[in-house]
Amino acid sequence: MTGTFRVKRGLAEMLAGGVIMDVVDAEQARIAEDTGAVAVMALERVPSDIRRDGGVARMSDPAMIEGIKAAVTVPVMAKARIGHFAEAQVLESLGVDFIDESEVLTPADEAHHIDKWAFTAPFVCGATNLGEALRRVSEGAALIRSKGEAGTGNIVEAVRHLRAIMGDMRKITIADGPELFEWAKRLQAPLPLVQEIAETGRLPVPLFCAGGIATPADASLVMQLGAQSVFVGSGIFKSDDPARRARAIVEATTHFRDAALVAKVSTGLGAAMPGLEIGSLETKLADRGW
Amino acid sequence: MTAVKVGVIALQGATRPHLEALHALGAHALEIRTPEDLAGVEAAVLPGGESTTMSFLLDSSGLREPLHDRIVNGMPVLGTCAGMILLADKVLDGRDDQRSLGVIDITVRRNGFGRQRESFEADLLVEGLGGEPFRAVFIRAPVVERAGSDVEVLARVEGIPVVCRSGKTTVCSFHPELGDDLRLHAMFLESVR
Repeated sequence: MTGTFRVKRGLAEMLAGGVIMDVVDAEQARIAEDTGAVAVMALERVPSDIRRDGGVARMSDPAMIEGIKAAVTVPVMAKARIGHFAEAQVLESLGVDFIDESEVLTPADEAHHIDKWAFTAPFVCGATNLGEALRRVSEGAALIRSKGEAGTGNIVEAVRHLRAIMGDMRKITIADGPELFEWAKRLQAPLPLVQEIAETGRLPVPLFCAGGIATPADASLVMQLGAQSVFVGSGIFKSDDPARRARAIVEATTHFRDAALVAKVSTGLGAAMPGLEIGSLETKLADRGW
Repeated sequence: MTAVKVGVIALQGATRPHLEALHALGAHALEIRTPEDLAGVEAAVLPGGESTTMSFLLDSSGLREPLHDRIVNGMPVLGTCAGMILLADKVLDGRDDQRSLGVIDITVRRNGFGRQRESFEADLLVEGLGGEPFRAVFIRAPVVERAGSDVEVLARVEGIPVVCRSGKTTVCSFHPELGDDLRLHAMFLESVR
């Protein structure tokens, strides 16, 4: 049996403790694999360039995705627009290992996300809070990531989202039966998923962090806050020395509690990507999704 | 009797499900990230994940040599999926610079069962686990193309070996940690006692 939820969620479990890197061509994909990426996200422009260029951001050219698939042995992910199930169908037919229904691209539907149960490919979706995370799980997502604010190199939004998700889960674990009904109502999330959190203390699928990670210490921070892995978008290939920074972030993600090691790998990395203040943004990507 | 101390190599991959399975069976399960962590355990599990990433981290953490030496000197070890690849003698379709520990005489082809879209679940009979079938989850799983004469094959899928054992080294190409069936972990713990 292929495409079962256990098989989809299982791949997400395999990516735990790792770094998923955004790449725009086969050359970058090879650098990502060389430096220890557990998977690559194939896209035409990294979020900071999407932000700069403006316009409508869509699924990448299949030729570019095929080129990256051929270049590496690790799983290849690609992005579809929120609600754009036809883009997701195309990505699935290409044999992409994981589909990201992503707010980084321009949404195609203002009310509906993709019915992810209809696919054999696993999906990852972004969330800013626990209710959003559970709605995506109820639609069939096999992996949840914080949205953060992609393309800014600013970790503050990812921290806000992780704290919101983890904090509410901690509160749910001490709630009694009647309070769980109220939590489900407040979160606009299915009651059985809320009850599952009350029992297990965690999401029904793995929780990763994305959006704004630029340094090894950023990775250590979000792992200590409860993320199981990190997505790094613009943070690697918009820095001075991508290969070295990538390796450093991979090591910091594994040894996230070892401050001396994080210090060592952070030493002399060169300039990180230029960052943006959240208040200065015209478009907040994290507001996309419902 | 004190609980057996078992380490799960926690460089990258599905460490948590293994820790939980071992804990549920009464073992004292610990995460291993450094040579110092390794020194404190009696057995080890190499989990699933990405073998290229783990191979890089085995070097950067300084774990490769001490882990190899412990296994060669008789420490029981269980490798699942990527863990199987890391323990194998020879790896096909890996990266050119990918090095395995070479502690079990098998040749494996990385992602031999295909990409994620070919990943699957199947019921299979595993020798030594009784007559009840084991629900096995295969994810971008490796294929054992050759098993040496001192390697016992405990289960097969369409003729392909999927559980192999040699001495105190057990490997499987699927993920026993992703289901509720703990019999394979229990069999491994038996080999530690």
